[in-house]
Amino acid sequence: MLRYTLKRLISLMLSLAVASLVIFAVIEIAPGDPAQFMLGVNAQPDTLAALRAELGLDTSKPDRYLAWVGGMLQGDFGTSYTYRTPVAGMIADRLWVSLPLTIYALVISILLAFPAGIYAASRRGRIGDAAMMGTTQLGVAIPNFWFAMMLVLVFAVNLRWFNAGGFPGWDKGLRTGLHALTLPAIALALPQASILARVMRSALLDVLGEDFMRTARAKGLSRGQAIWRHGLRNALIPVLTIIGLQVSFLLAGAIIIEQVFYLPGLGRLIFQAINARDLIVVESVVMLLVFVVITVNFMVDLAYAVVDPRLRTRT
Amino acid sequence: MGIFGLKSVRLAGALVVGLWSSAAYAQSDITIALQLEPPHLDPTSAAAQAIDSVVYTNVFEGLTRFMGDGSIVPGLAESWEVSEDGKTYTFKLREGVAFHDGAPMSAEDVKFSLDRARAEDSANAQKALFDGIAEVTVLDPASVQLTLDEPNGSLLFNLAWGDAVIVSEASIADIKTNPVGTGAYKFAEWVQGDRIDLTRNDAYWGDAPALESATFKFISDPTAAFAAVMAEDVDVFDNFPAPENLPQFEADPRFQVLVGSTEGETILSTNNKQQPFDDLRVRQAIAHAIDRQAIIDGAMFGYGTPIGSHFAPHNPAYVDLTGNSPHDPDKARALLAEAGHPEGFETTLHLPPPSYARRGGEIIAAQLAEVGITAEIINVEWAQWLESVFKGKNFGLTIVSHTEPMDIGIYARPDYYFQYDNPEFQTLMETLNTTTDPGERDALLQQAQQIISEDYVNGYLFQLAKLGVAKAGVQGLWLNAPTAAIDLTGVSWSE
Repeated sequence: MLRYTLKRLISLMLSLAVASLVIFAVIEIAPGDPAQFMLGVNAQPDTLAALRAELGLDTSKPDRYLAWVGGMLQGDFGTSYTYRTPVAGMIADRLWVSLPLTIYALVISILLAFPAGIYAASRRGRIGDAAMMGTTQLGVAIPNFWFAMMLVLVFAVNLRWFNAGGFPGWDKGLRTGLHALTLPAIALALPQASILARVMRSALLDVLGEDFMRTARAKGLSRGQAIWRHGLRNALIPVLTIIGLQVSFLLAGAIIIEQVFYLPGLGRLIFQAINARDLIVVESVVMLLVFVVITVNFMVDLAYAVVDPRLRTRT
Repeated sequence: MGIFGLKSVRLAGALVVGLWSSAAYAQSDITIALQLEPPHLDPTSAAAQAIDSVVYTNVFEGLTRFMGDGSIVPGLAESWEVSEDGKTYTFKLREGVAFHDGAPMSAEDVKFSLDRARAEDSANAQKALFDGIAEVTVLDPASVQLTLDEPNGSLLFNLAWGDAVIVSEASIADIKTNPVGTGAYKFAEWVQGDRIDLTRNDAYWGDAPALESATFKFISDPTAAFAAVMAEDVDVFDNFPAPENLPQFEADPRFQVLVGSTEGETILSTNNKQQPFDDLRVRQAIAHAIDRQAIIDGAMFGYGTPIGSHFAPHNPAYVDLTGNSPHDPDKARALLAEAGHPEGFETTLHLPPPSYARRGGEIIAAQLAEVGITAEIINVEWAQWLESVFKGKNFGLTIVSHTEPMDIGIYARPDYYFQYDNPEFQTLMETLNTTTDPGERDALLQQAQQIISEDYVNGYLFQLAKLGVAKAGVQGLWLNAPTAAIDLTGVSWSE
């Protein structure tokens, strides 16, 4: 287990190093000058030069890359070009919205998908299965931003149960906060839940055909007991993989959903920062997202080993 | 949380509202939505209009100020005297004005603010406003003198801009996140990405405003903007991004639609140094190929006033020159043939994000195609537009609304991105700058409008409308936008 973990850890470090280089290169190549954006069309050349110097944009690109990576290793993400506040603080503030939103959506997704997938698998070929698969097909096909708008029109504009968007802050209470995140979380969760339910169903069906399931039934377990004790655990490997991938989809999907619900999350930050060519913010936020995704995958790798003991010894 | 719980909450809410209105208490707060969030809150070191929308006249004030109708009135300067030769302005400051931190505002602060704006290392986005100020002298704590290199007819206008507000040296270090001004409202809190709160300044020198507090929210997505207004999450939406939704608000008694004018001349900017646009006949052909009303109807849902030059129709010196370029595709084709392009030609059309450009661009491309000009549409973000079009001058055509007030002077700058170089016009602008007599100034401005209209420098499309939505009970909002501002001092709720 230790060796397995170490190997995974090294590959995680390498991925992060490569990612940082790619992110920096891609973002620096994009046309657009942060100083010009800040000062607009009437800015005079000496004003632009003064601002560039103030922002540290007059140093060479390799120097800036090293300063950025070096800073991050010490937990310093730099200072935003536009907001002029430390990027680390901005990210921390925004994470308080984006992370709960992602987890909320993930929980909804799992709560919907597991029962749906198990139900469909146990009713294979019957009407219940067909209905479930039809519904999930629809869930996969509907774009989440469109679904989000429909939710807003129905539940905010017509029924007035929720606000159309915005986030009052956790200091107004957990309930108020969760209430504000409910529509966005549902919008984010629906397509993911549909995918997850389909994966759950097919994984379970694969397992149901295995010899050990027949043995389990033969030794006297009911169909439900057999699925619960032996089927589910074996079906979890592909499901975990998908959940791991979904965390990144949810984080990325949040960029669009946060626009629709004007939530002050990471997605909105990155959207604004790209428009304003606030390069340091874009780089740091993207790097953080990459870090989260790679770390989640690392944890999924470890989770495989927990679920499937054979992986612990395999190298 | 059950539906019933919510219903009872709404019932209780209705009761509270009922009690409220019977006691005739007017609402004392307001929530205003903007499309863009300000990058920071210092109006003197960035071009972002969102900064002025929040702080202009609310938090910060200048020596003079714009009113909603575009007139310039005294601000922190109570009065002024101009010397005979027009080179010395002596401002008498208002008494009893204090910054929000309690420090009194004096002539020293005026000197500090103006010197900072025109300094060598100044980060002021409109540094040209301060050109020609030779010296700022403190005469006594309540009077300050500006010495100019030569007479400047626009000095009082220039000093009214958000870029020329009076700031305090004591709080300048944190101005971007904690602005301290002299205005009727104090900065309270900024939850980045979500909202900015202002509260009433009880020590304000002028009339106390009606509202106790104001919240600015930032909603960029047009659909989200519609939902936020419909759900009554916001009371006012300044510059509503989706004109197609306005009829729906107009028909709804809960809302009022505010249609006014901005300083934005929306033009089909043309690269005057690039072939074939260096030929006057080609530019004239383009002007005749354009059907302004079709663009206004198609892209702006009918909101906007056609223009024939680079000048705002609400300005007293405006001349209607749309007659120089009526829609006439046959004439356009003839002019193109005369210029040696009987089969037309190919060019590029760069479109920045606003809908006037993206939607208008599609229509213009179709209209140009009718006379044989193939315009390849290239959608760009603002940062990209600034880099490749504005700075790199690497474009054929582009659509932009020039929102700075009174900016016809850009045609006197040959290095400006559309690269119009006409010595006659440049001399005219120099004369204008040193002319202080209002009548003479108007005559010069009219001449200037005619020159660029007859030179067909750019395709002149329409004056951008200011489209706002507010709840029916909100009164006192600016209808027009002589500068980017949401002046809260006159805003209140009707009872």
